[in-house]
Amino acid sequence: MWPRVLPGRDNVTDNGNIKHQREKAALSQGWGHWEVEAAAGMAAPVRIFLLVLLLLGPGGWGRAEPPRDSLREELVITPLPSGDVAATFQFRTRWDSELQREGVSHYRLFPKALGQLISKYSLRELHLSLTQGFWRTRYWGTPFLQAPSGAELWAWFQDTVTDVDESWKELSNVLSGIFCASLNFIDSTNTVTPTASFKPLGLANGTDHSFLRYAVLPREVVCTENLTPWKKLLPCSSKAGLSVLLKADRLFHTSYHSQAVHIRPVCRNARCTSVSWELRQTLSVVFDAFVTGQGKKDWSLFRMFSRTLTEPCPLASESRVYVDVTSYGQDNETLEVYPPPLTTYQDVILGTRKTYAVYDLLDAAVVSNSRSLNIQLKWKRPPENEAPPVPFLYAQRYVSGYGLQSGQLSTLLYNTHPYRAFPVLLLDTVPWYLRLYVHTLTITSKGKENKPSYIHYQPAQDRMQPHLLEMLIQLPASSITKVSIQFERALLKWTEYTPDPNHGFYVSPSVLSALVPSVVAAKPGDWEESPLFNSLFPVSDSSSYFVRLYTEPLLIEEPRKGGLVKRLANLIRRARGVPPL
Amino acid sequence: MGLLSDPVRRRALARLVLRLNAPLCVLSYVAGIAWFLALAFPPLTQRTYMSENAMGSTMVEEQFAGGDRARSLARDFAAHRRKSGALPVAWLERTMRSVGLEVYTQSFSRKLPFPDETHERYMVSGINVYGILRHLAASTESLVLTVPCGPDSTNSQAVGLMLALAAHFRGQIYWAKDIIFLVTEHDLLGTEAWLEAYHDVNITGMQSSPLQGRAGAIQAAVALELSSDVVTSLDVAVEGLNGQLPNLDLLNLFQTFCQKGGLLCTLQGKLQPQDWTSIDGPLQSVQTLLLMVLQQASGRPHGAHGLFLRYRVEALTLRGINSFRQYKYDLVAVGKALEGMFRKLNHLLERLHQSFFFYLLPALSRFVSIGLYMPAAGFLLLVLGLKALELWMQLHEAGVGPEEAGENPPHPLTQGVGLASLVAPLLVSQAMGLALYILPVLGQHVATQHFPVAEAEAVVLTLLAIYAAGLALPHNTHRVVSTQAPDRGWMALKLVALIYLALQLACITLTNFSLGFLLAASMVPAAAITKPSGPRALYAALLVLTSPAATLLGSLFLWRELQEAPLSLTEGWQLFLATLAQGVLEHHTYGALLFPLLALGLYPCWLLFWNVLFWK
Repeated sequence: MWPRVLPGRDNVTDNGNIKHQREKAALSQGWGHWEVEAAAGMAAPVRIFLLVLLLLGPGGWGRAEPPRDSLREELVITPLPSGDVAATFQFRTRWDSELQREGVSHYRLFPKALGQLISKYSLRELHLSLTQGFWRTRYWGTPFLQAPSGAELWAWFQDTVTDVDESWKELSNVLSGIFCASLNFIDSTNTVTPTASFKPLGLANGTDHSFLRYAVLPREVVCTENLTPWKKLLPCSSKAGLSVLLKADRLFHTSYHSQAVHIRPVCRNARCTSVSWELRQTLSVVFDAFVTGQGKKDWSLFRMFSRTLTEPCPLASESRVYVDVTSYGQDNETLEVYPPPLTTYQDVILGTRKTYAVYDLLDAAVVSNSRSLNIQLKWKRPPENEAPPVPFLYAQRYVSGYGLQSGQLSTLLYNTHPYRAFPVLLLDTVPWYLRLYVHTLTITSKGKENKPSYIHYQPAQDRMQPHLLEMLIQLPASSITKVSIQFERALLKWTEYTPDPNHGFYVSPSVLSALVPSVVAAKPGDWEESPLFNSLFPVSDSSSYFVRLYTEPLLIEEPRKGGLVKRLANLIRRARGVPPL
Repeated sequence: MGLLSDPVRRRALARLVLRLNAPLCVLSYVAGIAWFLALAFPPLTQRTYMSENAMGSTMVEEQFAGGDRARSLARDFAAHRRKSGALPVAWLERTMRSVGLEVYTQSFSRKLPFPDETHERYMVSGINVYGILRHLAASTESLVLTVPCGPDSTNSQAVGLMLALAAHFRGQIYWAKDIIFLVTEHDLLGTEAWLEAYHDVNITGMQSSPLQGRAGAIQAAVALELSSDVVTSLDVAVEGLNGQLPNLDLLNLFQTFCQKGGLLCTLQGKLQPQDWTSIDGPLQSVQTLLLMVLQQASGRPHGAHGLFLRYRVEALTLRGINSFRQYKYDLVAVGKALEGMFRKLNHLLERLHQSFFFYLLPALSRFVSIGLYMPAAGFLLLVLGLKALELWMQLHEAGVGPEEAGENPPHPLTQGVGLASLVAPLLVSQAMGLALYILPVLGQHVATQHFPVAEAEAVVLTLLAIYAAGLALPHNTHRVVSTQAPDRGWMALKLVALIYLALQLACITLTNFSLGFLLAASMVPAAAITKPSGPRALYAALLVLTSPAATLLGSLFLWRELQEAPLSLTEGWQLFLATLAQGVLEHHTYGALLFPLLALGLYPCWLLFWNVLFWK
């Protein structure tokens, strides 16, 4: 029931695909040959000759080549119902190349580090997010793309990969180096293979989930050291275009900071006859109105980022800023944007009709040498007078009980839609040292038991693999559904404790995937032309939209080694001549 | 080879124990009491020190300056409260939202087992309001600042200060934990309802609406009680439900900011003794120590913080005292102390765990650790052990000379100690205990129908009646059970009673030292000397004077004496009756364990000694 393919994909038969791949292979071989020549002759005259050849090339090739790679950049500023302001950057590099083949060595916009990763590990899709903070869906509304607190990594491998676990391990280690994150802590105790929740977002022929791996590290702290390598992947780095706003001192003074990398294969054209690779780098931040604005809720780019926009990225084919100016109240305007936008964009985003003011940085009337762009937002009326529109779906998770022996994990799923019930796919990953009592799994909605239509449970193995619980639950209209399961804490070996055992142990968040009914039916538009924030999740039909939400991670206290045990251990260590703990 | 496995040496040791038993017991008891009193003196009390690294070495600068705002908020709150007669929920929600908190409410209701005459409540329903200050991290940890509001408009200054602090905190970016600002109605009942709902458990039969907003694991909590715009001193309360104590580092933290802000801080209402070299300082600290022991032994939460401790949330209560002293502090000084405490708690990487969880406090900056106070109780319990040993040996060797004991099997009559004869007294006394625990609350309606009393009175009077009826027990049992060797009968019963008492006291001492020590100090002498021969009237008087109820009455007098508010006899009796009712109520509303412990454990045990005394 989940959208697996992109629009327009359906009418392509496998035959056509294969034929086209052959064509493409021949093409890229030609290019490769040419590149080898270029590399071999390094003398200046040869270079000039080649330059001439290159300039003449496209004309003389006999067929019109589309640009091999392109960059689109986009910033969406959304004033949130709570009065805070969310800013979402998306940088999308599309490369019409067959990365899977070895021998692609000429990289232009697409970062080479990631491209090589794809071919080396035969990746089909890669999604990595590093997040500090928690997106509060209840108050901030449904996000374009939420990420769990900490680090999240999921990847689909090609079906040619023989040892997926080994590739996964190497992949996480390489990514750990690229992004300066502790992704090397991903091992079998926190990796799962979801059966239904994480379908490929890009083109996919088969969805054999044995090629999927998913892991979350809720403990990971995200900081400047992770932002810098992420910025370096951008074609303009942070020198020009929207990325000049990415200053760490501002981005980390926020209530929510999430940076992500998504790589997937997409259709090259409307008929989907061939495959391109898409790299999306997204960064979402939520600025706290109270702290930064000293109580005032008026905003400007300068106030948020302490920079203004002066020029577009010269490599970008599109560079736009969208500002959400939709008014929720009865009056037609609650927000005022300055400078007045030249164009506006209207569409159905996440099920509701939205209006955006659009600023195109490539337009000289917006940004030029003499004028910089500092978009300002003024509230005509204070936003708290309006009741914030509550999203149709949100969730909350907590630990019940007290004491160090047993407890209960509870997840509350809220469906606030007045009359539509819809199903939600819930994914829980629980570490092995919490022994789940599966017979205590209870799901209740409106006081009645709710039977999930699909359950996949994979029990944990001590020190080997975590619990995996996936359920498809129907949420009745305007209801709260409580999913609870009891657990008992296992005793750890005393070398298995973290250096700060009294901090507690993290349990990664639940993942909710749902097709939420829309208020307004969306018009099927051209996927390639629509703004980036609207095209991350493929649209299956117009009456509903796809949402993936995460709950907060949990911090659970474990029984600790007592002082006596530690003292005894120290005695033994002293006897062995090892420094004490 | 061993002292005990060698029969000759063993016999010598046995003779020593038998001969020197009485002096050893006296010595042990005196040593126990003396050790306890010595705890207030410097070699045994140590200076407190901050163990938690995250809170110790870092500096914070307090910037709170919202004194005027706090006062005006407090005035508004008091006015709204007077107008509506209940907690002004809408006003609180509005105010909290305007300072930028996520606001939630929780309604709860509870029907008490019988009317609470001290607080004048029976069917209780109320609404708690709380606001959560969110911050960057993912809401996995939080701190709580709570203000319990009673039925009248006391504590409105605390609400004002809390809201002003919330506004100040909201403007800062350094928070690494969520902060929950909680206003509870019906003081501790509201706190209990909120805590149970937060942890999604139901321990006490509270009916409450589920919480909509949570903020992860609560790391620490501070309860605030202020009833005036200015204070002369801040009193800190640490004793929680069932004598649980917060980690000592939390108290150290408070004391640090007392010193830093130059605030006058007290413990048990007593100032710190300045002079430890002369006798006055330690004498004063003995008083503080005794007050703490009495407070902890009572097992009742000494403030709203006491209920948090069950959930492993380190917590304490700060009370603003406004007395007739010259120098007064305004709300800014109190606010700064709180700000400092919260900022340092915010630095915590782990839960407070470095310092002591078991300690006694003879002064605010002095403590006695568990290793130093335990011997006091140990000496007292040793008396029971020695007595039991003596009885055991007498039972085994009575009538049998030490020389023959090894060769001939003991007389068959003496071997059958008559354990069967013990079953009846044990069962009857336990049944009395069970009746004491169950009947008063269960039978209150029957009592009110037949006697002209109110429910609360009925419960207390039934308690006393059943308690006194237990004294008639021996006259019933000795006829039922006929033993062939009457002397051995009481000895066996006393042996069992001694072991039973020693076990109970040891267990209590481990969890709540104060209660264990108080009970041991009062019950051990009478238990040790009781026997059915000799000056029976004297023994009986001693036993009655040291029964659990009498200990409670005596503790009340001592407590008021130490607080320099002595009671007259009638006042004392009134207070005693009220305390009994409170004890039963606290068991039902908060899960305090003192009442079941006394009714089901110590009272039956004490009845066994009574039984020994009147053995025929």
